[in-house]
Amino acid sequence: MKTIAKTGNEAMAYAMKQINPDVVAAYPITPATEIVQIFSNYVADGEVDTEFVAVESEHSALSACVGASIAGGRVMTSTSSQGLALMHEILYIAAGNRLPIVIALVNRSLSAPINIHCDHSDTMGSREAGWMQLYCANSQEAYDSLIIALKVAEQTAVPAIVSTDAFIISHAMERLEVLEDEEVQRFIGEYKPRFSALDLENPKTFGPLDLQDYFFEHKRAQIDDFSKVLGTYNKVAQEYAELSGRYYPALEEYKTDDADVAIFTAGSTADTAKEVVDGLREQGRKVGLVRMRMWRPLPVEEIKAALGKFKAVAVMDRSDTMADFGGPVFLETRGILYDAKKKPLLTDYVYGLGGRNIDISDILRVYDEIEQVAKQGKIDKLITYLGVRGEE
Amino acid sequence: MASLKELSKRTEGLVGGHRACAGCAASTAIRQILLAAGDKPTVTGICTGCMEVVTTIFPYTAWNVNLVHNAFENSAATVSGMEAAYRALKRKGKIDAEIQFIAFGGDGGTYDIGLQSLSGAIERRHKMLYVCYDNEAYMNTGYQRSSATPYCAHTTTSPAGTKIPGKPQKRKDLTEIIIAHDPAYAAQATPGYYMDLIRKVEKALAADGPSFINVLSPCVPGWGYPLNQTMNISKLAVETLFWPIYEWQDGKYKINMKPREPKPLVDFLKLQARFRHLLKPGNEHLLEELQAEVNRRWEVLLRKEQATNG
Ligand SMILES: Cc1ncc(C[n+]2csc(CCOP(=O)(O)OP(=O)(O)O)c2C)c(N)n1
Repeated sequence: MKTIAKTGNEAMAYAMKQINPDVVAAYPITPATEIVQIFSNYVADGEVDTEFVAVESEHSALSACVGASIAGGRVMTSTSSQGLALMHEILYIAAGNRLPIVIALVNRSLSAPINIHCDHSDTMGSREAGWMQLYCANSQEAYDSLIIALKVAEQTAVPAIVSTDAFIISHAMERLEVLEDEEVQRFIGEYKPRFSALDLENPKTFGPLDLQDYFFEHKRAQIDDFSKVLGTYNKVAQEYAELSGRYYPALEEYKTDDADVAIFTAGSTADTAKEVVDGLREQGRKVGLVRMRMWRPLPVEEIKAALGKFKAVAVMDRSDTMADFGGPVFLETRGILYDAKKKPLLTDYVYGLGGRNIDISDILRVYDEIEQVAKQGKIDKLITYLGVRGEE
Repeated sequence: MASLKELSKRTEGLVGGHRACAGCAASTAIRQILLAAGDKPTVTGICTGCMEVVTTIFPYTAWNVNLVHNAFENSAATVSGMEAAYRALKRKGKIDAEIQFIAFGGDGGTYDIGLQSLSGAIERRHKMLYVCYDNEAYMNTGYQRSSATPYCAHTTTSPAGTKIPGKPQKRKDLTEIIIAHDPAYAAQATPGYYMDLIRKVEKALAADGPSFINVLSPCVPGWGYPLNQTMNISKLAVETLFWPIYEWQDGKYKINMKPREPKPLVDFLKLQARFRHLLKPGNEHLLEELQAEVNRRWEVLLRKEQATNG
């Protein structure tokens, strides 16, 4: 185990190097550009033996990844925001063809207005595409998650997106522990594709037209396999913990045992919130944090069990649904809790769109308010757009 | 070049039982192309469109070779990825066969929505043959105009009306756009001249880099002609100079068929419902314009051949 200093992007690129995929096809976009830039240096210096395909768009990047994966290769790419949006059509095709492609993604808001900073609108907009989604809180986790995700993807034939928060994680230098190359290779193992379009003995037609008589069954089978991802993830995360000493549950709980209230959030905000929890705990306030790490498939039972303990929960959404009913995490969490025996009062804070800073004082305010909700036993304001000028 | 006799002994890459229309030139062209490719292992990709739809209805397939369909605009990008994986796996010793790659697309998937991905794939110099089967419109969605649709042709989105006589714009010259990419080989062909097509496929696959063949593929329901006329119309397109068959390699043009006495364009047009309105009184000037355009392009091509072989 080596300790090094790396940004989120460097950490993702380093994990890609140690994975040494057969094909990486990619297109630059701020703030994910560095990942493929660094990776193409590994290619140029012969540190990996990957075919690096510098395509002319993200649409072609994922299209080429689909081709490479159907051809039996271990395949990765990287993108962000508009790039993921341009891949949108092909996200479904990759998942429907059961191709374990992994995207190292940097979460950035979607245009318009154009903005290069963090929110989760890009991945949230792709959440029904059939890709596993992991949201990381820091560079260490981004590095570890990319390796874990690749293995889960290949075991389940479900593609994966591992994401970090634009600039907050992608460009911030952190202390990082990394495995040896051989350890990573041993952990992920040799990739044995279930099929290959280069198998000349058994020619097949991939991606055929599937009409009313079969499509539904095929989709149902895909959905069924998708729901098995959580189980595989739990096993692989355990194995990774044994190897690295770092364990990442699908849903993380922080100081929740005796907590009355909690924040439910994802990404880098969770790390900031932990600081706040520590401070409030010193004051004797019973607050905790639940962090959504795996968002697809949804760890439904875990969320139900975790949030069911509290009197009140503030969901923090870094994107909106435009449903006039809060962000996606809020909507889905409410759905999950609907038939829970014990359920908290639930409010939503939409925050940080377009990279708007979220700091300790913002999170303190959310804890203050959610404690108030718990005390009153009722919600005054269901959805708050946190810190928007002219709003409050 | 493989003789007809040799070709007849090869395993068919595209077999019967698919649901293409009677008289479909595209399915004939693909069959011929796969026969021409058939002495070496071949892996293919295809865009969404008629040929994908009629040949791959689950659980059936008409393909005897591996075929990958991804989406409408990306068979070039998809096959690039396959070729990249092939090179990686070969380097790692996981594959030893010599595999050749062919990507197919209709004119819509090639001239229009997929032009970018094709351009990118050629620029990156993936070793693959891209074949556009050009039936001059979006046929799969019911005959809408594409940028390959000729001037004045009636389609469902460029209808011949009382004010506008069919498609108001000329067709895009994709073959020349591809040649500007400096590929390893480029050509125009049609299944009407099938030995020419076969020879071009062999040359394209032997070329060291990306290659492209644009295959004019008459379409019975779209163009509106009797279904036994497909090969005749394919030939007429060449004999009237509407679709010159030529090739380009190492900077040199070669026209493969120069009719001693080119037939008037109207011989090609009059068999097809999509040009029927042009034959009505009052539209003579349009016929003249069309003929003049065909002549102009032919002259340009002749000059290119002369200039590059002089
Ligand atoms: C992104 C996208 N837009 C539109 C379509 C609908 N569509 C499917 S095939 C097709 C036309 C295909 O035309 P062409 O490429 O000329 O091939 P042909 O059908 O003539 O064989 C269209 C418009 C699609 N599948 N995907």
